[in-house]
Amino acid sequence: MAKRQVMFTFPRKLIKEPIIYQLSHKFKVVTNIRRADVSEDRGWVVLELEGDEKEIDAGVDWVREKGVRVDPIVGDIVEG
Amino acid sequence: MSYATGLRCRKCGQEYPLQPIKICDFCLSPVEVNYDYKAMAGVVSHQKISEGPFTMWRYRDLLPVEDKREIDIGTGFTPLLKADNLGRELGLDKLYIKNDCVNPTYSFKDRAVSVAITKAREFGFDTIACASTGNLAASVAAHAAKANMKSYVFVPANVEPGKLVGVAIYKPNLVTVDGSYDDVNRLCAEVAQRYNWGFININLRPYYAEGSKTLGFEVAEQLGWQPPDCVVVPAASGLLFTRIWKGLQELSTLKLIGAVNTHMYLTQASGSSPIVHAFEAGSLHVHPVTPNTIVTSIAIGNPADGYHALMVARQSGGGASSATDEEAIQGMKLLAQTEGIFAEAAGGVVIAGLKKLAAAGAIKKDQLTVAFITGAGPRTQEIVSDVVQSFHVQPNLESFSKVLDVQV
Repeated sequence: MAKRQVMFTFPRKLIKEPIIYQLSHKFKVVTNIRRADVSEDRGWVVLELEGDEKEIDAGVDWVREKGVRVDPIVGDIVEG
Repeated sequence: MSYATGLRCRKCGQEYPLQPIKICDFCLSPVEVNYDYKAMAGVVSHQKISEGPFTMWRYRDLLPVEDKREIDIGTGFTPLLKADNLGRELGLDKLYIKNDCVNPTYSFKDRAVSVAITKAREFGFDTIACASTGNLAASVAAHAAKANMKSYVFVPANVEPGKLVGVAIYKPNLVTVDGSYDDVNRLCAEVAQRYNWGFININLRPYYAEGSKTLGFEVAEQLGWQPPDCVVVPAASGLLFTRIWKGLQELSTLKLIGAVNTHMYLTQASGSSPIVHAFEAGSLHVHPVTPNTIVTSIAIGNPADGYHALMVARQSGGGASSATDEEAIQGMKLLAQTEGIFAEAAGGVVIAGLKKLAAAGAIKKDQLTVAFITGAGPRTQEIVSDVVQSFHVQPNLESFSKVLDVQV
């Protein structure tokens, strides 16, 4: 079982959709929310995903396709 | 000995022992090193520091390392230059440039990596790694060479080979990954879980961050042990900005300088300016963006220390400013042509931001202001190739005099 820490950033049009609920039902991925801030026009959620590596990959791809931005929690030093 | 006592989450306060960890287990926020400042205060003094080496390691007592054999390639104690010419252009009487271009691998990253790799060896790692195509990768590879450690540098496969010469010269294991930067980062996170390696931007990040404090220490010392009135700093993850502030605060805690009333200003490239957006919107959350700028060395769309950088800018009575790519290039040229310093584009962003802040009256004429130039220009010199405009003459004096209109 793998764990991955990510941040989801939701645009306004997706605020009302239960995307995290759907993620854990469509894929064998346990979602564990650690921090979040959601308002009427945008929102972000920091969470840990646990499951098989392939299930997490597929789940994250599905979340992205829905229009949510997905960022890793670590590893922000790339080009610098 | 080190006066570091442990790690603490910057968000929720959870404490951890000094170990290679990446983030807080509870809230997944960055962690930072904590110190016993009371014990430290009994040891450090202006005199002791002044008797130290002319490198960043003169501040060893304020860094989280035990090993006396630090991995040092000659980093730090870089020039703080009074910039009278640039000051005249911008209407600032007390302008200084902290020129960190002259570090061994031409950027401030050497400060951070020197601490991180020294700590990595203490932890027993024999291999160090990072994901980077630029300044960080060069610094990691150079320090690994000096330390006789193995190094791995992960880059997307589509990066131009020419961009990697300044990294490959130190002979790291260069891993080109079929995928985007996101894919590279994700792979690194997985590699870090599987292999017992020190990853600069993952499990060594808390220690890497501490090396950046030395920029704040040096500026205060070079100003005769006083904090500047204003600083202007480039921001990518926001880490450097917050650590310069932490460095000044620590000196004040240790009574090596007086109260810190420094106004902290950060600058970002307009095409990747999530912290500036949040500051201007009065928000406490930094919403990620997709970078679109030539200023690649500070192009981070989702800054890990963005929240903390915002807090420092606000609490210090400072601010945030952005510059377009064109303004950054003009800033690079202005700095080179007034002070003789060829900075990378991030330096151009700093100068452009400084220009705006001075013009708006945020930074005043008589305030002692330090602009941090954190990386050298030659690595990405193609972005200013239009400066090459020559006088074409025949190899005789007549032609020369005629073309340049110079009387003999």
